[in-house]
This record gives sequence, C-alpha cells and structure tokens, in this order.
Amino acid sequence: MFHDLFFSKSKSKVPKPCPIALSTRVRLARNLSEFPFPGRAESGQKKAVLSKCMSALGKVKPLQSCTSVELDELSELDRQILVEKHLISLELSQSDESGGVVLSNDRACSVMVNEEDHLRIQVLANGLDFSKVWKLADSLDSGIESSLDYAFDSQLGFLTACPTNLGTGMRASVMMHLPGLVMSKNMDKVINAVNHLGIAVRGLFGEGSDASGSIFQISNQQTLGESESAILERLEMTLENIVQQERLAREKLSEDDGLRLTDKISRAVGSLKTSYLIQSSEAMDHLSLIRLAADFGYLPEKFRALADRMFIEVQPGHVQLSAGKPIEPGERDRLRAETLRKEFLRMPQLNLNAQVD
Amino acid sequence: MKCHHCDSQATVHLTQIINGQMHKMDLCEACAQEKGVTNPDNLSIGNLLDENPSKVDASTASMTCESCGTTHQDFKKGGRLGCEACYHVFRPVLEPLLDGMHAGVKHFGKVPSRSVKKKSDDDSEELLTKELKKAVEEENYEKAAKLRDRLKKLQAKSSASA
Repeated sequence: MFHDLFFSKSKSKVPKPCPIALSTRVRLARNLSEFPFPGRAESGQKKAVLSKCMSALGKVKPLQSCTSVELDELSELDRQILVEKHLISLELSQSDESGGVVLSNDRACSVMVNEEDHLRIQVLANGLDFSKVWKLADSLDSGIESSLDYAFDSQLGFLTACPTNLGTGMRASVMMHLPGLVMSKNMDKVINAVNHLGIAVRGLFGEGSDASGSIFQISNQQTLGESESAILERLEMTLENIVQQERLAREKLSEDDGLRLTDKISRAVGSLKTSYLIQSSEAMDHLSLIRLAADFGYLPEKFRALADRMFIEVQPGHVQLSAGKPIEPGERDRLRAETLRKEFLRMPQLNLNAQVD
Repeated sequence: MKCHHCDSQATVHLTQIINGQMHKMDLCEACAQEKGVTNPDNLSIGNLLDENPSKVDASTASMTCESCGTTHQDFKKGGRLGCEACYHVFRPVLEPLLDGMHAGVKHFGKVPSRSVKKKSDDDSEELLTKELKKAVEEENYEKAAKLRDRLKKLQAKSSASA
C-alpha cells in the first residue's frame, strides 16, 4: 500500500521553498585520464594530479573568487569543521597526502581533489532546487573539462574508482527534516519503499552516519543507464511524495495526539533552556522539535533558522572551535549546553493556537 | 567510533526504528557479519561478487591490471578499481555486477566534449539494430516498427553526409 504512494506522480505540486527540505546537493565524480585513481596512485602521481587540478580549477569562472587549500596545511580541527559544514567529505579529511579542496567564496561550490576519485565537484543550495544546483554543477564540470582530459568510456560513461558511481558520476541528494514520519513510526516504511526505487536514505553526514535530529539525506543510488535529467526527475518525484507523507504524518500527529506532541516540543524547549550537560545527538533531537514547532507556527519563523544554525554549531568540531583550545568530551558537553542556554534563553511561550500551514 | 561489541573501529552504523524508538548501534565489519547485520538494499560489491561465484571462475581469479597492478582479489575485497584500464581488464566480472547495481548498463548522460570522441553514429546504428532484433524476437511489433523507422532515418542521414 505504502509502496504505491511512491509510484504514482503526485497531483499537487509541493510549493518551494519548503521547510521540510533543508538543502539540495549535486556531486559529480570525475577522474583524469592517464592517471591511476587516487586509491592506487603513487605519491608522485597524486602530487601531479593535485597540481594539474588546482591549476585547472583556478581558470573556471565560478571558482575565480575562491579559497584553495591543500589538506596537509590544515589542522585536524580545521578538517573536522569543514566536514561538519558539509564542505568536504570524511574520506578527504582523513587523506594522508595530496588532498585538496577549492571552495567558492559563497560556499556554494566545492571541488575536492584526490578523494576517492581525482575530482569531486559539489554544489549546494538551500531548500529543494535541483535545476539550479544541477545547472551550476554542469557548467562547473564543463569549465573544468575544457582544460583536463577526463577518464570516459562511451559505453560506461565517466569512469570512477567505485563502479557504484559509474556513468553520470552524479549523486544528487536532499537533506530532509522528517520528524512526523519518525514519530509516527513510518520512517522504516518510507526507507523500504524508496530503496526499491533505487533511492538511498542516510543520516546527516552521509554514508555510515546516524539519523539524529530526524534529518535524513536522500539520494539516487543508481548512476548508470539513465541521463542526469531522468535521475533528477525520478528523485524529485519521490521527494515530493515524501514531503506529502511527512505533511500527512504531521497533520495526523497533531489531530490524534496533539497533547503528546505539545508535551514533546515543550520539553525540548525546557531542555535547551536549562541543560548543563548535553551531547550532540540529544541536542539535535531537541533542535528538531524546535524546527517542527516553527513549522507548526508555535514559534516565530526565526527559530527555524536558529535551529538550522545550531544543528551545525552543536557538532563536536564546532564546539571545540568555540572553546579556542583542545577540550575533553565532558567539557564539550558543558560548553554545548552553555551555548544552547544562551541562544534559547529568550524563547517565547509556545503559541499553541497557531494555524498549521 | 568504537564497535559496540569489541574495541575495533566501527564501520557499520545501524539505525532501526522499533516501536517508534530509534535504536542506534555501531559495529565493526567482523561483528556486523557475525550478527548477520546485512542490508539487502545496500550495494556491497564484495557481497555481490560472492553471490555470483559461477561467473567468477579460475580464469578471472588470476586477472591483473597491467597498468596499475590491481588484482581481481583487490577488487573483490575493496570494491574499487585502480585506473581506467581496469574497466577493460575486469569487464567480464564487472558486467554482471553493473546489471544489478544500476538502472542499465549503458551510459545515457553527459558526454565530455573534449578528450573523448563522441558516440559515433555507427555505434547507435549497431545499438538500434540490436534493439530491433530483440523487439522482433519479443513480438513487440509496435516497438519494432518505431525502431525500424529510426534506423532508416539514421541510415539515410549517414548516406547523405557520406
């Protein structure tokens, strides 16, 4: 039953911007012809790839005002911060040599060098907007390709270190906030249904991360056999259905069990205002409820933005950065709670008479 | 992150929703295997390879890419290839895998304008002929008629430009 919902095209268009979708990302995996992939390359070859790519990237228009960094120059903390901001991957942050990243000044584009593939071109935008993100990623890719020879095969498409990225090399994903589906115990059904459509559901930090804060990264699993636009269209259709399911779940929760929902939100508010020690996963679960309260109109809009900002600020690296010196995990929990108390001190009473959108 | 059962580095992160409660567990590869934690929808190339033992016979076991030194064992273990040339060397073992992994086995997306010659007309003519033959075999005459028209058009175009 639940399955069918994902096969039929939704009739009503979901309005954009939609607060359920936090951000959209498109990532393209590319390799240079004539060099072994990074996992197999020798030190000298990786260095050559890094310098070739860095010089090519400097010529590309959207990256002309940018910051380029070689990973060797960064401290462990700097790397962690970039991971928490979704600007580099965990894999690149652990690279031992010749890893690099180029970030556009607006942070919308980032290109990683010598990650699993020679190049990982990534474009990020707020909300749900595949056409804008794909357009930018596509033009960035074409710009880079004008001065580099890519490894490409007419049958198999762009050749990548892992065959799961073969073909378009494109992974498109949307970060979605789905507390309604989690609370109504429907998330596992959604995951199963979309998996059958070749779509993957992961936690906030991608592969292997958990789903704290009811935030899920939903992306295409298949990269070969369909064009980029066909992949995006299928993914977008599925996402629109997920948004609808989330809306229904929220409506049902507030109708059937409104008091419990209010209680949950209210307790989250209390915890954020009064905790003295808090771990990042607990903080994220509370922030998720603040975000939900803003969606319901129980809290002013600005608290959604605050929750979104705090999702990142409560991550271990960011707390460490705010301390300005190395600190133990226990101290981190104290500092995190202190920051949250300060940020949420002036939170108003919940406006429970607000109309749901 | 450490494994829930032993002190090894956890690489498998399991999230399950049971009775509305989210349960999380971090496991190392060995413990995950032992506990039988496998996700049927997750694509692990290593697993897929093991599921197709008939396709991987003695002759493929000794395959090695001369260009980068990647062996069939390396690929089986890590699921990654070493260079462009690997895609030619390991093609026989790769093709059945791609079929289960992706929506198709032929690239339909962007083609880089530089570096590689565009897909030639010969290629699409060959492809259309193949598809036409298949459609006729399947007695799907409506599809066959459409394919025949496309093929005719293509042949007329290539003879005109020749």
